[in-house]
Amino acid sequence: MIKKIFFQTIFLSFLFLIEAFAAESGGMPQLNPEFWVSQIFWLTITFGILYIVLSKLILPKISNNLEIRKSQILENIETADKQRKESEEKIKEYNKIIQDNKIKAKNYYNQVREKILKDINKKKENLDNDLSEEIKKAELEIQNLKNKSPEKITKIAIETSNDLIKQLIGVEVNNSSISAIVEDLSKRKKSEYYGN
Amino acid sequence: MATNPMHQFEVHRIGPEIKIGAIDISFTNASLFMIISSFAILFVFNLGSKKKSIIPNKMQLLAELSYTFVSKMISDTAGSKAKPYFAFIFSIFMFVLFCNMFGMIPYTFTVTSHIIVTFMLASFIFIGVTIIGFIKHGLGYLKLFVPSGVPVVLLPLIVVIEIISYLSRPISLSVRLFANMMAGHTMMKVFGGFVISLGIIGGWLPLGFSVALTGLEILVAFLQAYVFAILTCIYLNDALNLHH
Repeated sequence: MIKKIFFQTIFLSFLFLIEAFAAESGGMPQLNPEFWVSQIFWLTITFGILYIVLSKLILPKISNNLEIRKSQILENIETADKQRKESEEKIKEYNKIIQDNKIKAKNYYNQVREKILKDINKKKENLDNDLSEEIKKAELEIQNLKNKSPEKITKIAIETSNDLIKQLIGVEVNNSSISAIVEDLSKRKKSEYYGN
Repeated sequence: MATNPMHQFEVHRIGPEIKIGAIDISFTNASLFMIISSFAILFVFNLGSKKKSIIPNKMQLLAELSYTFVSKMISDTAGSKAKPYFAFIFSIFMFVLFCNMFGMIPYTFTVTSHIIVTFMLASFIFIGVTIIGFIKHGLGYLKLFVPSGVPVVLLPLIVVIEIISYLSRPISLSVRLFANMMAGHTMMKVFGGFVISLGIIGGWLPLGFSVALTGLEILVAFLQAYVFAILTCIYLNDALNLHH
């Protein structure tokens, strides 16, 4: 309802206005040629000045500034790129150095280990050799002693039996007869006494 | 009753009458607003180009954004060959834009609402573009009126139409701007008049319209400047790169 009233009033006043306008106006002022030449003149002058000042003084400054910024940004990007590449190379170098050193350390370790192992082996061998020599010597001595022992035993047996007889019966018995008996006995029972 | 909505377009003399011979070149309110617009442009862009910092301040940003906006518009429509005419198109765009915008301030005079002004601007463009075309292509520029791939029978008709359309360019260019500005300002004046004549009871609706129209007119002011500039670019493109 209110809307309707609004629109009607607007429409009516628009009609009034057009009537009033038609009554009092002498047409569009734009079509009145009185000041055309003046407008052309002033437009040419002001636009001319505007164009000359803009094109000669102001726009070159702006474009120059824009270009400087562009080149600066490009330069910055370039240097950043360069530095990034450099740092990447440095990282690679660093990694390489670390790798190399690791390998070196490993090699040293291995070498030293081998050396030590060799030494140990050598010493072990020497020790083994020494020990086996000693053992051989000892064995030889034992063998010698073993070989010699029957004679000595025979001797001791002869002497003791001599002494025994002397004390038992108080008679000096001939050494040679006793020894013959002892030898005979020992020969018979050699395997019994010295058998291993 | 409301005042005449066409009253705002009247040109009147400011100061004494200046005459060269029989020609009247008196300083008028139109001249005043042309000068104000030009000075405003120069002021803004001078301020915007003074400092040369890598990170721009507000004025510098404004100037540089306008610069790149216009330069992108030119390179998009007319290609890289149009670069020497950048300053001219930039001046045209800024002049029309500032005249339109100054016209939006109440009690000011809208320079671009006068057919003679817009027609002169369009004529600068038309004459300039025609001269450029003839310099670049010689008489070959006349090929513009002869589209390729048209049957020979139709050719006389097409050529006549092409010539008429070419010659009507400054008229269409100027009338578009002039009519838009005049219509918009007249409408605003009419609605403003309604607010007064309908009073406190009925004046609210036209007031709302008036506010909306102000927003619309600001948009139109920018849009018409843009259209003016981009059509200039298109005409320039025709002159620089003969497509036909």
